[in-house]
Amino acid sequence: MFEIVNKETVGPNVTRYEIKAPRVAKSRLCGQFAIVRGLEHSERIPLTIADVNTKTGTITLIVQTVGKSTLEMSKLKKGDSFCDVAGPLGQPSHIAKYGTVAVIGGGLGTAVVYPQAVALREAGNKIISIIGARTKELVILEELLGSTSDKLIVITDDGSSGKKGLVTDALRELVENPQTKVDAVYCAGPVIMMKAVAELTRPMNIPTIVSLNPVMVDGTGMCGGCRVTIDGKRKFACVDGPEFDGHKVDFNELMDRLKTYKGHENKKYEEHKCELLKGNT
Amino acid sequence: MSSEPKKMTAKERMAIPRQQMPQRDGIERSRDFKEVNLGLAEQVAIREAQRCLQCKNPKCVEGCPVGIDIPGFAKLVAEGDFLAAAELVRRDNDLPAVTGRVCPQEIQCEACCVRCKSEAPVAVGWLERFVADYQMQKQKTEDRGQKAEVKKTGKKVACIGSGPAGITCAGQLAKLGYDVTIFEAFHKAGGVLVYGIPEFRMPKKIVDAEIRNLKALGVNIETNVIVGRTVTIPQLMNDEKFEAVFIAVGAGLPEFMNIPGENFKGVYSANEYLTRANLMEAYNPESDTPIIRGKRVCVIGGGNTAMDAVRTSKRLGADESIIVYRRSRKEMPARVEEVHHAEEETIRFEMLTAPLEVLGDKEGWVAGLKCIRMQLGEPDASGRRRPVPIPGSEFVIDCDLVIVAIGIGANPLLTKTTPGLKLNKWGYIEADENLMTSIPGVFAGGDIVRGSATVILAMGDGKKAAQNIHKYLSQ
Ligand SMILES: Cc1cc2nc3c(=O)[nH]c(=O)nc-3n(C[C@H](O)[C@H](O)[C@H](O)COP(=O)(O)OP(=O)(O)OC[C@H]3O[C@@H](n4cnc5c(N)ncnc54)[C@H](O)[C@@H]3O)c2cc1C
Ligand SMILES: Cc1cc2nc3c(=O)[nH]c(=O)nc-3n(C[C@H](O)[C@H](O)[C@H](O)COP(=O)(O)OP(=O)(O)OC[C@H]3O[C@@H](n4cnc5c(N)ncnc54)[C@H](O)[C@@H]3O)c2cc1C
Ligand code: SF4
Ligand code: SF4
Ligand code: FES
Repeated sequence: MFEIVNKETVGPNVTRYEIKAPRVAKSRLCGQFAIVRGLEHSERIPLTIADVNTKTGTITLIVQTVGKSTLEMSKLKKGDSFCDVAGPLGQPSHIAKYGTVAVIGGGLGTAVVYPQAVALREAGNKIISIIGARTKELVILEELLGSTSDKLIVITDDGSSGKKGLVTDALRELVENPQTKVDAVYCAGPVIMMKAVAELTRPMNIPTIVSLNPVMVDGTGMCGGCRVTIDGKRKFACVDGPEFDGHKVDFNELMDRLKTYKGHENKKYEEHKCELLKGNT
Repeated sequence: MSSEPKKMTAKERMAIPRQQMPQRDGIERSRDFKEVNLGLAEQVAIREAQRCLQCKNPKCVEGCPVGIDIPGFAKLVAEGDFLAAAELVRRDNDLPAVTGRVCPQEIQCEACCVRCKSEAPVAVGWLERFVADYQMQKQKTEDRGQKAEVKKTGKKVACIGSGPAGITCAGQLAKLGYDVTIFEAFHKAGGVLVYGIPEFRMPKKIVDAEIRNLKALGVNIETNVIVGRTVTIPQLMNDEKFEAVFIAVGAGLPEFMNIPGENFKGVYSANEYLTRANLMEAYNPESDTPIIRGKRVCVIGGGNTAMDAVRTSKRLGADESIIVYRRSRKEMPARVEEVHHAEEETIRFEMLTAPLEVLGDKEGWVAGLKCIRMQLGEPDASGRRRPVPIPGSEFVIDCDLVIVAIGIGANPLLTKTTPGLKLNKWGYIEADENLMTSIPGVFAGGDIVRGSATVILAMGDGKKAAQNIHKYLSQ
């Protein structure tokens, strides 16, 4: 059992957990994730390890409530435990000194890029962060990411926070501005967004690292469920990734495969919301 | 309890026909996950055991990879002393309730029984299962008398992986007084026995009982530890002071066919399909893990994994479940009983058929499997006749789910993060005749050394490794 030693809300539907997992904390490198089961009957879900504290043996997870598993997790209290936490998994981020790096997080992708921003800055890069969201309420980790960036840009679809537009609009402005030279882009978020970013940087040959989020089961290369096509070759995101060269990813295929369990997920979530409501009355 | 009044003559024994294993009706059972075989009744087991001729030079024992005293335990069964029979089996085999169910007896112990010549072999597997189940019912695992007062050696050994190889090695070492920890990547111990082989063939409560027994022996089991990621072998040895390590991580790398369309929604590796169905209990409405329930399912392959997947798909509601195999029935590596059971459950077999392409619909879901008919040509390196395509024989099987069960390879996760570990050209670990690897104190066995093999061979390795680890640490 993995105790929740701290829990706080960091935005609407976004929770930050500090979990006791000493072995994971000790071995984790930036960019790696864990596979977590909140309760005994829960699905195994992948979550980026945002931070660790090797002294207390804890890891930090930043989780957006989007479906049943994450909703159930959010009902657990400080002092309760997650049933299983396995990790760290995946390849560590490729951290190098590029010069100026644009770090782009879309929606819950912000939680994924945050630790990369920290590591890239430690490696001596200038960090320009872009947080994109549909609307003001969905902008997460603004302060945290801001504190590790030289510049922070918030951009929303409806203009309710920061500029109005898409992350690609903000990125285009940056790369087309002769005063800011962007040497690399790190990006995580909805697949459609990562695809747009990669398309934008491709003609300019700006190295673009994207963090892919296929459905996973074991996270150890055993099931093949997380397969993605990179440069025409089959890769398992859980062991070969989750970060890949954005210019080589078959985004359309990933987008399509992510629809596999759509029906099931919506059903489980609705059922569960009903149950919760019933329990409250 | 009945015992033999007087010694039976060989002639009397020969006159007894092979007893039948009661099993649930094929159609009925193909819609649920309860066990297919029901086990022998006491009187039937005694009768079957009486068929054993008590050979002076028992060939059956040579056919068993761990050399169980088959005439010895058959005699005890015939005398009605089932607990003593179980103990005798356990002397050589720590998981008889498992092997009695899943060993390919028809090519091992039973294949060598002299009674094969005249009629049918003694049903060694069924008897083994019978005594193990009997013991499990009558005795708490903790009271099995195994927890002998052993002197602790004060030495720590790590077993990596909790499949049959790891379980066996850990149990043996605990009995020798070692402080043993099993590290398991998944959240549940048991290896293929819990994530691969389905409930209807290998009830989880049996594996759970064996795991409890291990714990009663003092074995420590740490789940959620992926060796190579969470901790490495050098760290276990240097920082955590494990003096020897047994690597038993299984094979665990899914093979795909590399044909077009394999990434459509509705194509699974057998590993993923069976893990979702078994370990994650996707068939149980209480479980959150989703699984695609196809209406027409094609499973590609002819081994135990393919049989388990195809029979699972039927139980998950398929109207038609089809095996697509490129050789003929004779070459199928699956246990004969499983193929037979699959047939009773109305599984369709498309033999001498090879897939060419997975077809998809507009939404990217599987819509069919394009295949070609094969004929058997010259024998290949494995001695089996090589299937060759018949030109112009292409055809399409309509289906909405395709499960690829064409074999597994060596998972590189652990081997790649263990410096100095020698591998063969396929990525499996090289071990010497004592099962020691190129790293002193690090042993390996089971599927990660042999390629995909069997439960009993993995257990045999676990036992042999334990003996050699004991020798190594006693020097
Ligand atoms: C390597 C990796 C790292 C991740 N890191 C984080 C993280 O740090 N914080 C975080 O909040 N989430 C992260 N995710 C996504 C997280 O795993 C999913 O949000 C979670 O599985 C949803 O589970 P659920 O049961 O609550 O929702 P479900 O009922 O399974 O799904 C609800 C909704 O979420 C979408 N969804 C499902 N699975 C994923 C997925 N793998 N990626 C993206 N969307 C998905 C579905 O399309 C659906 O609309 C990560 C995913 C991967 C693969
Ligand atoms: C579907 C299926 C059906 C089968 N049917 C039969 C049958 O009927 N009869 C038969 O004799 N054989 C059968 N087999 C084969 C048999 O199951 C295997 O030969 C046997 O289980 C191998 O045992 P093992 O201990 O080597 O490995 P496994 O049983 O594979 O166990 C390995 C364990 O190690 C864990 N692990 C892997 N990597 C790591 C790591 N890095 N760190 C920690 N833990 C790790 C895995 O999660 C797993 O639990 C079947 C196999 C499958 C897949
Ligand atoms: S362990 Fe397997 S091969 Fe040996 S006697 Fe039992 S069933 Fe036969
Ligand atoms: S070979 Fe057959 S008859 Fe002879 S001892 Fe073995 S099981 Fe009995
Ligand atoms: S999650 Fe199973 S192989 Fe990646």
